[in-house]
Amino acid sequence: MANDTFEPKIVGFLCNWCSYRAADLAGTARIKYSPNVRIIRVMCSGRVDPTFVLKALALGADGVMIAGCHPGECHYIEQNYKAMRRYYMLKHMLRALGLEEDRIRLVWASAAEGQQLAEHIDKFVEDVRKLGPLNWPANWQENGERLHAVEAIAKEHEESLEVLP
Amino acid sequence: MSETQGKGKLALYWAASCGGCEIAVLAIDEKILEVAKHFDIVFWPCATDGKVRDVEKMEDGSIDVCLFNGGIRTSEQEYMARLLRRKSKVLVAFGSCATEGCIPGLANLSNREEIFETVYEETPSTENPQHIVPQHETEVPEGKLYLPVFYDTVFTLDQVVPVDYYLPGCPPEAERIWDAIVAILEGKLPPKGSVIGANTTVCDECPRKRTEKKIKKFYRTWEIIPDEETCLLEQGIICCGVATRAGCGARCPRVNSPCIGCYGPNTDVIDYGARLMAALASVIDSNDPQEIEKIIQDGIPDPVGTFYRFSLAHSLLRRKRKLIAAAAGGK
Ligand code: SF4
Ligand code: SF4
Ligand code: SF4
Ligand code: FES
Repeated sequence: MANDTFEPKIVGFLCNWCSYRAADLAGTARIKYSPNVRIIRVMCSGRVDPTFVLKALALGADGVMIAGCHPGECHYIEQNYKAMRRYYMLKHMLRALGLEEDRIRLVWASAAEGQQLAEHIDKFVEDVRKLGPLNWPANWQENGERLHAVEAIAKEHEESLEVLP
Repeated sequence: MSETQGKGKLALYWAASCGGCEIAVLAIDEKILEVAKHFDIVFWPCATDGKVRDVEKMEDGSIDVCLFNGGIRTSEQEYMARLLRRKSKVLVAFGSCATEGCIPGLANLSNREEIFETVYEETPSTENPQHIVPQHETEVPEGKLYLPVFYDTVFTLDQVVPVDYYLPGCPPEAERIWDAIVAILEGKLPPKGSVIGANTTVCDECPRKRTEKKIKKFYRTWEIIPDEETCLLEQGIICCGVATRAGCGARCPRVNSPCIGCYGPNTDVIDYGARLMAALASVIDSNDPQEIEKIIQDGIPDPVGTFYRFSLAHSLLRRKRKLIAAAAGGK
């Protein structure tokens, strides 16, 4: 399962006002963090619809991170609390679908916390690396059996004898 | 299609369904005679005699409208879906099962092996000392016999063949069925790929009083006797009306029962459960992580069944994770 060559694909939704700037800051301050995160900037963690997280997983992400302003510091007042409630709702559902806890994570990082954000990212990437690839779309592939069986019916019907009136 | 152009050809078929949608067609009552005036029913195994062989012999595209109910869970159903797609000009996913998997789609929380084990071994009324379960191929002296392959995953009709229109609901309401038939007869159909129906939510049809939704606890229906006038969600009962397409006239909340979502997602909603989760998250009255977790875990013991009761098969993640795929590290 987990191996050294596996590079997790992580999608990170970062709030424009804090975590995205923290990532920027980490960049200008030359703080190194894992390159596994594909960052998507959102205007607020409250903008992260559960659909975004599910879509990332359905398209093959191994983990999803949401980062927003610290509680009490959201530029849209209460929206990061909403993000938090959605996050727990999603986690509860994803657990029931068989997803490990460590594949989605919500963290807080202010615009000044480049170092902290880098650490959050590194830690998350390591945790997901330990879990191995997720490859969610493989869950509904029915291997060759399915197509083969459908074609077999057509063939069988062609070959079977016509019942004469 | 006017009468002068002659009669159209209509087919109805069922796959992984409960049969309720077949009954629903008859719920249009005497209007069925109107349907018979405009259409010859060329294939409807539930009500008329007709063989697959007959359908195979029809010209491609010769059926004007096919109303297809049920999801796809076996190779035989997939074969019929493909056959009827080829033979039909307009293919309608009829009802929740064909549209989004519905209750049969909740089997996506299991796989074939688990289902067979329950059905052919574990149920109390089953005695099966030889552990006989259906096989795809069986050798008999005369040759090989085949049974359809039972899939691990239930698919919706549009995950298997292109679908022209959708008629949601478990089952669709008689009035909505009639609306759709009229739209087809008059050629006044929405763009291909649309739902024939409303673009609002059940809440918009619901007469209950709404003020502010802020709750500290979700109640299951048997834990509380709701007052008859206030919005059920405001009383802490999970009512899916907020996320569900209108069309039924808010049938359930009108009789003091929460909407459980049978009309599926509204237009432009990609994932029904995601929409519902977002809506429910915003009514929780707490900013404390521990309290939030507790409210959710105590109040929603079956999250998949609550958020995706009708739409698991059509959701973004479609099913519960199959352990085999995980153990193999994907691929
Ligand atoms: S949509 Fe509902 S009524 Fe129709 S076949 Fe499925 S379960 Fe039965
Ligand atoms: S949530 Fe339910 S009870 Fe409340 S308005 Fe909507 S449909 Fe009616
Ligand atoms: S209220 Fe909801 S569950 Fe009840 S019939 Fe309407 S859409 Fe279906
Ligand atoms: S603005 Fe940063 S989380 Fe809301």
